[in-house]
Amino acid sequence: MTNTLTIAKREFRSYFNGPAAYIVGSLFLLVVAILFWNTFFLEQSASVRNLFALAYGVSVFVAPAITMGLIAEERRNGTLELLITYPVRDAEVVIGKYLGALGLYTVLLALTVPQVFAVGSMGQLDMGAVWAGYLGLFLSGGAILAIGVLASSWTSNQLIALIVALSIGLFFALIGQLLIFLPDGVASIFEWLSFGYHENNLERGVIDTRDVFFFVSVIALCLTLAFRSLESRLWK
Amino acid sequence: MSDLVIEAKDLTKHYGDFVAIDKLNFEVKRGEIVGLLGPNGAGKSTTMKILTCYAAPTEGSAKVNGYDVFENALQVREAIGYLPESTPLYTEMLVYEYLEFAAEMRGLKGEAIKRQIKRSVEETSLGEVVGKEIRALSKGYRQRVGLAQALIHEPPLLILDEPMSGLDPNQAIEVRDVIKAIGKERTVVLSTHNLAEVQVTCDRVLIIARGKIVADDTPQSLSDRAGRARFLVSFADQGDAANAQAQLEKIAGVDVVRSIEGARNERSFEVIPSGGEDLRANIFRAAVDGNLTLLSLNREGQNLEEIFRQLTVGGAPGQGKA
Repeated sequence: MTNTLTIAKREFRSYFNGPAAYIVGSLFLLVVAILFWNTFFLEQSASVRNLFALAYGVSVFVAPAITMGLIAEERRNGTLELLITYPVRDAEVVIGKYLGALGLYTVLLALTVPQVFAVGSMGQLDMGAVWAGYLGLFLSGGAILAIGVLASSWTSNQLIALIVALSIGLFFALIGQLLIFLPDGVASIFEWLSFGYHENNLERGVIDTRDVFFFVSVIALCLTLAFRSLESRLWK
Repeated sequence: MSDLVIEAKDLTKHYGDFVAIDKLNFEVKRGEIVGLLGPNGAGKSTTMKILTCYAAPTEGSAKVNGYDVFENALQVREAIGYLPESTPLYTEMLVYEYLEFAAEMRGLKGEAIKRQIKRSVEETSLGEVVGKEIRALSKGYRQRVGLAQALIHEPPLLILDEPMSGLDPNQAIEVRDVIKAIGKERTVVLSTHNLAEVQVTCDRVLIIARGKIVADDTPQSLSDRAGRARFLVSFADQGDAANAQAQLEKIAGVDVVRSIEGARNERSFEVIPSGGEDLRANIFRAAVDGNLTLLSLNREGQNLEEIFRQLTVGGAPGQGKA
């Protein structure tokens, strides 16, 4: 446990040691703010739902950029070998790195809070819906980050990790849009797999354990696979 | 506790069809500095990766400090300080931050972290650069940061993969001195393809070629056994070369005496002994008996480089040029 946190802390810090955190942070904040405030005054209501929907959309692109280097870059530099030969379990390495990325993502979400307050100052906010919305962003983003960690564990090239994570993330983000082209049975499976569907439920202010369970399962599955991929070095 | 820090039995590793190491058997005793010597691709790094539990052996087993590298990986890792090839470091971190991270990963806490960083920094003479970013450091300093990291928890065993490669001669000497100092109290296994390094640094050499151990001995006895030593003798030219040669041939244990080209006013001979004994004292006495003025007397072992070539590119030892 201590090792996991030590790795998470180092990972989180290293984002701020270079330009990465600042570039990703300002990009995220800027894009979300511009798109949100652009249409906000047309809507005539003090709702932050659009803000959450936009933040979710942008996070599909931003999260893979946060995770791309986590394992791939360490593998390329050889630091992974040293890290793994410390007295740690492979699972602690994977989870530690994931938590470091989740930490940065949480900072990004925190950066949107002032905009929520700004909206609140113009009308009455449903605080329950705000909490549910943030939970949805946290979980959906967490799932994309886990996909990113997995992609990063497959390669030593962070560009490939980025592209793979982006492709998988976009697939799960967009399959919700294909439902009308599909027969009913298949459509309901695709709907259930769609990140947007579950995120949308939470965004509406409905905290359903099934949606929470879905994202938690995706995270657990991806991290387990990443752990396996790291462990496979033993047998190669 | 057993006196053996490393026991490898039939250690074998395949990468697909490629056999990286093939039934390696060796032991390393507490306190030794052992050099793994071999050409690139001989299996040195693979051996080290298995000992540090980064890779699993295909067959055979290895124990470090009494723990099996596969069954008790965490205990093995605790007993080892490791510096992988080409010194991978988190270059965006400050030296101090990085050592703090290494200390925490080693399970150190609170005051112990500070104490061990201080000790480690002193042992590797990093005092001047602890506040600097690692990427701003020279290769020699980076190497020492890597060593400091490996030493942070005072492990009984250090495994260093090519610790001196890529350094300029001054840096290499500095790093070598650090390693020798470390080796006074700890067991060190280092790999290299630099023969001179092994001769200066190591108590024992394991030569690996094509995945097998082809020699396991001290640097000195390796040079001795690889070929018969020869003695180069020079006398002042007293116009009587035949007497000089005769005197030398009279010595017990001398096989061949050959006149060789020497400096002006000198008579030089090459003396080849029939066995491995040191004939220098006898040669000196022969010179005195024959009333010859001895100007120089050298014993030349075959150097490690020739042995290395013989062992690693084929051909048996003991056929050195005489």
